[in-house]
Amino acid sequence: MNTCSEEIILYMHNYLDGELTANEEQVLKEHLQQCPACMRHFQELKKTDAFIKSSSLLSTPSDFTNKVMEQLPKEQLKVGIKRWIRVHPFLVAAAVFIILMGGTIFSTWNNDQEFSFTKNPHLIVKEHTVIVPKGEVIKGNLIVKNGNLRVDGKVEGDVTVINGKKYMASAGNVSGNVEEINEIYDWLWFEMKDIGKKIVNYFK
Amino acid sequence: MEMLVKKRIKQVIKGDRNAYEDIVELFKDKVFQICYRMLGNRHDAEEVAQEAFIRAYLNIESFKQERKFSTWLYRIATNLCIDRLRRKKPDYYLDAEVSGTDGLTLYSQIPSNDRLPDVEVENIELQEHVQQAIYRLPEKYRSVIVLKYIDDLSLNEISEIMNLPLGTVKTRIHRGREALRKQLRNL
Repeated sequence: MNTCSEEIILYMHNYLDGELTANEEQVLKEHLQQCPACMRHFQELKKTDAFIKSSSLLSTPSDFTNKVMEQLPKEQLKVGIKRWIRVHPFLVAAAVFIILMGGTIFSTWNNDQEFSFTKNPHLIVKEHTVIVPKGEVIKGNLIVKNGNLRVDGKVEGDVTVINGKKYMASAGNVSGNVEEINEIYDWLWFEMKDIGKKIVNYFK
Repeated sequence: MEMLVKKRIKQVIKGDRNAYEDIVELFKDKVFQICYRMLGNRHDAEEVAQEAFIRAYLNIESFKQERKFSTWLYRIATNLCIDRLRRKKPDYYLDAEVSGTDGLTLYSQIPSNDRLPDVEVENIELQEHVQQAIYRLPEKYRSVIVLKYIDDLSLNEISEIMNLPLGTVKTRIHRGREALRKQLRNL
């Protein structure tokens, strides 16, 4: 082993790393000229350095790039969406709100399957069909939900049938509007009109 | 080249998958070399090098564009190599050294039909020796030596890639180089 100072060895390495100052290089040179052991050590290090540098010639497999490209996920769309979400947080919040609202309305529509109608002592009910008997006059509006309506008598007011059918002896039997609602949009429209009417009535 | 790399990276970030092909072409040799030097056989090296490129692609948005792409990519590759070395069970490859022989691999036990010219044989032998010497280094010295010699990286870059203080990088390079000297001086 080398008996010379650690510092000289350190200088050798720093020299190979290109980190030796001109001053230190001078010190190293002078020492190497006097010390054959260090000279040999330095030569060996330089040889090692050259060997490693010269031998990194292993060729990369020829299909390397293709293999990498094949394994990449095809997700431009997903990436695009992710970025878009980050850039437009308010639009996303609005969209989420609308989706949730929509969900609520749909579930209300679907859950609201119970048969119901405006209470009136003159009405007769037979298997989900509300009948206005012949000769009877119903005063006020009549709403039937999830059932049918047959008007043999008279209604003095609006008639609305939701999710059902209406049968009428003649059109003149109802003095107000007649509506049949079977689609969710109609139903929504009806609900909104209803709320509107209630608000208007409230202010009256 | 830095300009081209920057341009391509921007395209990749925008979602242009094909722009990544140029990136792979530009860096595949260096990355493969690093992995080969670290892992000691082509099979693992190819697998890990591919994975490094795929990881880089998937995490491209976390790459800071004012930094050097190569540094970032080499860091991914080096970390994957170290992971692989730690997980690695002993397994057998043609180019792994046969125990009890001095630098012989299973390749050397397969009879070759075509005679190689002497110069080429010498060159291959030298490469084998160098690779074996590097592979025998402890992992912490091996990684810094590999980075130092693959792409002529500065000590600062190596310190950034390895996430180590500059002083530690220097010490490891010096010790690694000394160990290599002892193995290679008789060639």
